[in-house]
Amino acid sequence: MTVLLSLEDAACHFRTRGGTLKAVDGVTLTVARGETFALVGESGCGKSTLATLILKLNPLSGGRITFAGEDVGGLRGRAAKRYRSRVQAVFQDPYSSLNPRLKVRTILAEPLLAHGAPRGEVTAKVRRVLSLVGLAPNAAGLYPHEFSGGQRQRIAIARALILEPDLVVLDEPISALDVSIRAQILNLLQDLQTELGLTYLLIAHDLALVEHVADRVAVMYLGQIVEVGDKVEVFDNPRHPYTQALLGAVPRPDPRAPRASGQVHGEIASPLEPPSGCRFHPRCPHAMDACRRTPPSFVKTGEHTASCHLLAPR
Amino acid sequence: MAEAVLPRPWLGRLLRAREGGFPYIAASVLALVLVCALLGPWISPHDAGRIALSEAMTPPAWLEGGSMSHVLGTDNLGRDILSRIIAGARVSANVALYAIVLSGFIGAVLGMAAGYFGGVVDALISRLIDVQMSVPSIPLAMLFAAVLPPGEAMVIFIIVLSYWTWYARLVRGEVLSLRERDFVKLAKVAGVGTPTVFYRHLAPNVLNMLLVLATLQFGSVIVFEAGLSFLGLGIQPPNVSWGGMLADGRNFIEVAWWLITMPGLAIMAACLASNLLGDWLRDTLDPVRRQL
Repeated sequence: MTVLLSLEDAACHFRTRGGTLKAVDGVTLTVARGETFALVGESGCGKSTLATLILKLNPLSGGRITFAGEDVGGLRGRAAKRYRSRVQAVFQDPYSSLNPRLKVRTILAEPLLAHGAPRGEVTAKVRRVLSLVGLAPNAAGLYPHEFSGGQRQRIAIARALILEPDLVVLDEPISALDVSIRAQILNLLQDLQTELGLTYLLIAHDLALVEHVADRVAVMYLGQIVEVGDKVEVFDNPRHPYTQALLGAVPRPDPRAPRASGQVHGEIASPLEPPSGCRFHPRCPHAMDACRRTPPSFVKTGEHTASCHLLAPR
Repeated sequence: MAEAVLPRPWLGRLLRAREGGFPYIAASVLALVLVCALLGPWISPHDAGRIALSEAMTPPAWLEGGSMSHVLGTDNLGRDILSRIIAGARVSANVALYAIVLSGFIGAVLGMAAGYFGGVVDALISRLIDVQMSVPSIPLAMLFAAVLPPGEAMVIFIIVLSYWTWYARLVRGEVLSLRERDFVKLAKVAGVGTPTVFYRHLAPNVLNMLLVLATLQFGSVIVFEAGLSFLGLGIQPPNVSWGGMLADGRNFIEVAWWLITMPGLAIMAACLASNLLGDWLRDTLDPVRRQL
């Protein structure tokens, strides 16, 4: 396994009127080339902010991000631009991610032209990428509003792929789409991954989706990763109480199935004043004294890591 | 179905008459103002400045005592009112076009910078807008009228000074929300430079609003200019302006109502036409609505 992207203690803090908002606070993870790495967690846990760090839309407040051996935070000028061509993104809302005033041709050509591609190549590349995502060549002459949501998401994917990136950040790529076309887009993404050898960083709150497509999974809570590991391991044998609760909350299509144990109550705490010790302790059914005092450290078993005092050897 | 969504040629779209369709009358009125402004000396029946005391206060042609040589009558010095309205159109159109283009450009650039960069840039520009908006424009005009040489340039300067804030505020607010739209973020992710983000992603998305506001303000600027000239702060005689005609005619309102009514109607027609055209533009230039 070659590491493509690694984050070490990455942090993103925002100064607000109410204090320092720690949206991402000390995240360490590695994404291997060619895999689908999923990041799950409830709304407001910092998943999308983490994506903005990787996409260099927000500056790092601490730690470092390394991409293919290069320190991303230190990239300037030409090197920063090359990084931009290697990491692309698909966002949730295909109505917001395409400029309504530009024709599809212009939308797709823009990344190429920004990276100095000769104009002669652009038309051919646009046509090729359109056929790659399953759209007709004449789509290039239309405006985004002339397409359905699913087609728009195909255009957004085409834009992300036209620079032939290594890593594509998929931030909730199908959750804004009609249920009937989710499978289409998902299959498209999986086919493209196989065909082009892409690495996906998938951000999602839909656990069924993650279980379906991911190779490895990281669970995020309040700006930190609480559990990370192989998908099968995490789904079949969750170690962290939060992961257990998250998986237990997935509705099962069986009315006689026993209700999941270890339910979590209350709301996610404010990232302005994260709880002391383990950030999950106010909601954790197993909270002990130690949880309130000291932050737990990661306990590793094989390829599966979780940070919880319950797992610590006594 | 695929045929139905193909965009029609823009010309066809522009000329198509339908409900809420092209406001022909309003457009004709504005076109008439522009024609008068461009061709004034050649189409006006008389010299706008020619005084003929023997013909003073001739009523319009359709009233008793009127004559076809002075269709809208004459003023207290016997000057032909139609010719003066045509001459005034040149001043109005000139002042309005320069003032709107300049204030629109300045306002748009400052507004985009404030909205996109935020922080200190935004604070500075926003405070500047607040300060400018808190100064009433008539006293400001009086101040500049006392300091600067009077004339069209001064009127344009005063109007730009009081109107750019409208554009700046509008554009700033819009860019503030555009900046958070995913397509702007994704342009950055794709490595697109800031100038390109400005002209390709921000400007086209505020241009329609600018155009609508500019069209709507065309009328308002004409009224403002007329107001300045009415107060004697704007266009000075012997140059003709609609506001100046109002000022000259108001002393005779009881004996010769047409002196003040005719330029008043001209101001009203131009203002109303620009509002109607502005409304239509707003509905037409929205690509999402255009498909309906």
